[in-house]
Amino acid sequence: MQTTLDQTKARALRGTIRIESAVKVYGNPQNGVVAVDHCSLECPPGEISMVVGPSGCGKTTLLNAIAGFHSLTSGAIYLDDEMLCGPGKPKADPGSDRIVVFQNGALFPWKTNIENVIFGPVMQGKLAVKEAKDKARTMMAEAGLSGIENDYPGQISSGVRRRVEIVRALMNDPKVLLLDEPYRALDSLTKSVMHESLLETCYRNRITVFFITHDLEEAIFLGDQVVIMTSRPCRTKKLLKIDLPHPRDYSIVTSRRFRELMDETMDAVHEEAMKAFELGEREG
Amino acid sequence: MASDAEMGAMDRHRAQGPSAAPDASTSFGGYRMQIETALYHFKNWLRSPRPYLMVLGFILLIGFWWLSVEVWKLPRFAGMPGPTAVVREWLSREPMFGLSFYTPDYYVHILTSLQRVFIAFVLSTVIGIPLGLVIGWSRTAREYIFPVLEMLRPIPALAWVPLAILMFKSSEGPVIFLTFLPAFFATTLNSMLGVHSIDESYFRAADCLGASRWQVFRHIVVPGALPFVFTGLEISIGLAWFSLVAGEMIAGEYGLGYVIYTSYTMVSYPTIVIGMITLGVVGYVSSSIIRSVGVFLMGWRTRELGLGGQ
Ligand SMILES: Nc1ncnc2c1ncn2[C@@H]1O[C@H](COP(=O)(O)OP(=O)(O)OP(=O)(O)O)[C@@H](O)[C@H]1O
Ligand SMILES: [Mg+2]
Repeated sequence: MQTTLDQTKARALRGTIRIESAVKVYGNPQNGVVAVDHCSLECPPGEISMVVGPSGCGKTTLLNAIAGFHSLTSGAIYLDDEMLCGPGKPKADPGSDRIVVFQNGALFPWKTNIENVIFGPVMQGKLAVKEAKDKARTMMAEAGLSGIENDYPGQISSGVRRRVEIVRALMNDPKVLLLDEPYRALDSLTKSVMHESLLETCYRNRITVFFITHDLEEAIFLGDQVVIMTSRPCRTKKLLKIDLPHPRDYSIVTSRRFRELMDETMDAVHEEAMKAFELGEREG
Repeated sequence: MASDAEMGAMDRHRAQGPSAAPDASTSFGGYRMQIETALYHFKNWLRSPRPYLMVLGFILLIGFWWLSVEVWKLPRFAGMPGPTAVVREWLSREPMFGLSFYTPDYYVHILTSLQRVFIAFVLSTVIGIPLGLVIGWSRTAREYIFPVLEMLRPIPALAWVPLAILMFKSSEGPVIFLTFLPAFFATTLNSMLGVHSIDESYFRAADCLGASRWQVFRHIVVPGALPFVFTGLEISIGLAWFSLVAGEMIAGEYGLGYVIYTSYTMVSYPTIVIGMITLGVVGYVSSSIIRSVGVFLMGWRTRELGLGGQ
């Protein structure tokens, strides 16, 4: 919060994800399932890129390749100037510069919330337990999560769990946050609270966000850009810059510009959904 | 690395001790809460019909035994000792067949059996848990060891008797080996399944957060597998008693299995029943102890489940 303008600028420059002709084939390269086919995409630093596309089109596959959970068949992924994976190095190494927040949540249920939050820096030996706990308390307080430090994840609601998980990620000062439908299971009321808190967090930390969702309203409300994917194999169909002003709050959802953007996205997504459906008909 | 060690689930209780000052008040409150919750559940249990049903169950069993042997004298049960005969023998200062609460031999038998089960159980736990966790976690280890285990596992303890006697020259060796074997298989297998039961996303999250391979083992594999490990231990102690008796019937001079078997050959029937009931009670107590240790170590689980209310 007390960052000077220069620091903010310097930080805003980091965290560009560049995906170049990524291809992922599951199984046999000759006749396996082509999940991602020559997909290229750039996520600008410090911005939120929302990725939407039909179910099963290959969004998670792409995210897993960035995170380093599996390899790419060909193509390359860069983070700033560093090649995460590419020719000669098919699989990226998972690392604390790109942290994933999982669809069903992955707080360790056998650790208290604060033990979860300090996990990253303590495992990497960056902070001693005591320092880490101090930092964690501060960060949790900032995120409105005081008082649950010594509870277990099973004792708090799923919305709060997701926020703790984001704080756990932020503790590592990552360049990129990778989110795979993190709010899918939440009710719409909790969701809107989560959205505003995520936006606030992102403004404050200037983090690049790669966010997969099925919810178009969520995509436009949160996004600086919305990437619409084709049905499988996954490729970028359309890239929509969202020119809604910052900071945003939920009243924006009823504005005319929002509806226009919504219609535009809807058309593109619907087209792809129909294709996916027909493809399914033919394959089934 | 001391900092690393301070984070583990196992060390949680220590880490929240007086040294961790800011946490201290809440964690002591946590312990008191745990005890209060236990008391609350116990009171509820007393108020519910369940304890009385349990007593009723025992009364029915003993009543049926008493009626069929001592009152109706059913022909099939002729020669069986009735409950009054057993109780009289058990409480007698000078038991007719030599074994009662008042004879030191009774306790020697119990202690001998307990000691054998204890040694076998500790061995099976100390070897079985690490082995199971490693097989579950490392594919290479699994490929070496798992097929061998799966081939040996179905062989009943009794089939091992001749080899056990050949392998161990002492009198204790074979009995402990036979007791150890099935317990070891149960613990190993359940520990392995415990690792498989851990959600893949926990491993991925740990990778993202920069944990080393050993840290993943320590902070994800061990605590994540713990629920299955304890299920395994409960099964394992049961199996240990089970095969102990088989072992003692064949090779042994003391022990409850030996009591039961020799009482049969020496026609001292009430003593058989005394041995059996003692075995049942001691076995029940030992598995309850394991269960309580598990509940204590997995505080996160009970608190989580406790949310759902009772
Ligand atoms: N391990 C795998 N082996 C073979 N095929 C797979 C594997 N994982 C995913 N697929 C296939 O690849 C395609 C893309 O999967 P992916 O999970 O990336 O889709 P998605 O866009 O995330 O879908 P959703 O929106 O439903 O989460 C799917 O058709 C899926 O069946
Ligand atoms: Mg997906």
